[in-house]
Amino acid sequence: MFDSEVFKITLLSLQVSALATLISLLIGLPFGTWLALGNFRGRSVILSVINTGMALPPVVVGLVVAMTLWRSGALGSLQLIYTPAAIVIAQTVIAAPVVTGLTAAALESLDPRLAQQLLGLGASRLQMIWMLWREARLPLLAALMAGFGSVISEVGASMMVGGNIKGQTRVLTTAIVLETSKGEFQKALALSALLLILTYLINLALTLIQQKNARP
Amino acid sequence: MTSIIEISDLLVQRNGRDALKIDALEIKRGETLAVVGPNGAGKSTFLLTLARLIKPTRGEIKFNGSPLLEWNELEYRRKIAFVFQDPLLMDMTVGQNIALGLKFRGADKDEIRTQVARWGKSLGVDSLSARRANQLSGGEAQRVSLARAFVLNPDLLLMDEPFSAVDPPTRAQLLEDLSNLLSSDQRTTIFVTHNLKEAAQVGDRMAAIINGELKQVGTPAQIKQKPASESVREFLKGL
Repeated sequence: MFDSEVFKITLLSLQVSALATLISLLIGLPFGTWLALGNFRGRSVILSVINTGMALPPVVVGLVVAMTLWRSGALGSLQLIYTPAAIVIAQTVIAAPVVTGLTAAALESLDPRLAQQLLGLGASRLQMIWMLWREARLPLLAALMAGFGSVISEVGASMMVGGNIKGQTRVLTTAIVLETSKGEFQKALALSALLLILTYLINLALTLIQQKNARP
Repeated sequence: MTSIIEISDLLVQRNGRDALKIDALEIKRGETLAVVGPNGAGKSTFLLTLARLIKPTRGEIKFNGSPLLEWNELEYRRKIAFVFQDPLLMDMTVGQNIALGLKFRGADKDEIRTQVARWGKSLGVDSLSARRANQLSGGEAQRVSLARAFVLNPDLLLMDEPFSAVDPPTRAQLLEDLSNLLSSDQRTTIFVTHNLKEAAQVGDRMAAIINGELKQVGTPAQIKQKPASESVREFLKGL
């Protein structure tokens, strides 16, 4: 059962979802921080858009990204459709609002005078932001877990932009759909168990890090 | 005594209304100015403006003879230290909290160790150095907050009702320790309180801010004996 094809599928799933989560973190952490600490007109509107983005249906994201990457689409010349890169793009669109929204919420939950206290002790803006991230590290880790969780388990976007091509863009979730459609329920269940175990182990690692930092 | 702070024609607006008006005020180097007034009078606004955490709408503030706006913001803030009403300690040990401002300034490890030990001892928290901040009592946490400010050797110390959140016996002890520290240290301090007794104990001079306006500056005895306006008299009556 766990042959080289399953290994390839598993490895690809982890690679695309990990990369999408990392890119979402690089986008979401500074953007969420800016939203949390900023005081400008339209802030609530942007936050509402982000919060709405957290509930985007993956298949809709997949459709929009696919249409953009098709040969006739705006970015068709990049020839990314039906490649792992296309899946990373689609999954980043899914995970980025999750990480952004939860980052903003995490920082907004801190005492609002904390930023002033840090500045009043001579922190530069960057030092202040770093300290606020440190104070909110537990909910920020939760944001990371939520972002990863939103993409490792999605199938709609991966199917739309990846095409579920054997050896190239087949990931665990699309493989499960394929085996189910073929009536190979045992294979589908085995792949499902593998996906669940992987997801659990990754979240276990992140949870242990989170709890190690938790207040006693 | 030379002036460390000179204020003229200051107006600070917040949320569309006048929050603070000061026609003129000089704060001498080495003195402790106790700022008194009822809740919502503008006392905290005064400190936040001096800390450059709020921008004035109008007027001029000079620090060491130069307009505040000519000072690099970060360079200025590293010459002051702010103590809030609540300790606002970080989720780290007492020692790490006291060292925080020094780390922001890039002080070397030996200097940090020496100063943290010195001020931890002065404020009576040296034995708590390895304890996490969330395990401290209210009084201990406020002592750590004070140590965190004093360790920076600031030219100007800003304190916003630092003892209002602790119980009366702890408050009395903290006040006595702070008074002793300030008189031996000769550090320019602005101490905000709505408690006249506290102001008289700590302050060389007192400034009364009422309804967003600086009404009177003088020694505690002068203000008590000759309140400059009806609003000051009313405020003193209520204490």
